[in-house]
Amino acid sequence: MDERIFSIWVYLAQTPLLWLTATIAIYRVMVEISRRLGSPPLLNPVLLAIITIVTILMATDTPYATYFDGAQFVHFLLGPATVALAIPLYESERALRRIFWPALAGLLIGSATGIAAAVLIGRLAGLSNVTLRSLAPKSITTPIAMGIAEQLGGLPSLTAVIVIVTGMVGALFGWELLGLMGVRDDSERGFALGLASHGLGTARSLQFSSEAGALAGLAMGLNGAMTSLLAPFLARWLGL
Amino acid sequence: MIDALLGLLFFQLIGEVLSRGLNLPIPGPVVGMLLLFTVLRWRGGPPAQLSATAHGVLSHLPLLFVPAGVGVMVHLPVLAREGGPLLAAIIASTVVTLIVTGLTVHWLRRGK
Repeated sequence: MDERIFSIWVYLAQTPLLWLTATIAIYRVMVEISRRLGSPPLLNPVLLAIITIVTILMATDTPYATYFDGAQFVHFLLGPATVALAIPLYESERALRRIFWPALAGLLIGSATGIAAAVLIGRLAGLSNVTLRSLAPKSITTPIAMGIAEQLGGLPSLTAVIVIVTGMVGALFGWELLGLMGVRDDSERGFALGLASHGLGTARSLQFSSEAGALAGLAMGLNGAMTSLLAPFLARWLGL
Repeated sequence: MIDALLGLLFFQLIGEVLSRGLNLPIPGPVVGMLLLFTVLRWRGGPPAQLSATAHGVLSHLPLLFVPAGVGVMVHLPVLAREGGPLLAAIIASTVVTLIVTGLTVHWLRRGK
């Protein structure tokens, strides 16, 4: 009997099916748990799912590469999901028109601030240069950030983790923080949240209004482009 | 559903081709988003099916970050060494970026 279970495990552990199903199922359970507890910000379903999956992988001695063989199908959807942001963007076109020029200035200043603040504060905190190079593109969406980190000579997979944490920090209290600073307009808040914490900031903004979510999605996309333009110059200028 | 999914993939594909072909700094999916946005404006809105699929995919956006986040397990040694300062730097710089961006947009709009 034990042997039979073992052979089933050996089979399953090598197909994409197991870890694909596990990723979606565990996330689904965490959303439900978080919702039943009143969605406290620290019990973020993404964070809970990551901790649970890492624990299972380590307990079963499963390498990340094996896990990713299955989970890549979920990861892949980041691309189509980014394209899908065109729909809320279209639906919020009026809001976009209202803040077009201020948003463009906010993009340039915010993007440069994101890179410079990460490198300077990181250096102050005593991080190594490789970690700083992985940290520089932290505000933007995972696939672009990983590409930039590679270009700068950082560790792309460390960047992926840093990007997720950045997204969670923004989603955790970004909306409230902006409110405290006197920024109360949905489209302004969404724009800042999407710029500073990409898709997770966008997902959080979508919870408040579709207008906030649309501008967050736009800011996320634009900052991805702006950071790819600025990062190489800023990194050199900051001595990386 | 299948038409909507095909539409999203199609625009991503065109976006990737343009982004790489013209050596744009803007990533393929973002080019795809801007193209689809342009088509929606020209067409006067998305078909109901595309709208439903897009909102469906976006309502589960956080799930899509889980696989990359699990990559943390590869970096546990780095994190054991630099995790504390790294987390502090991430939090502080995210707060600075949020405030600077939010206030820039806010003040420029009030200034008018």
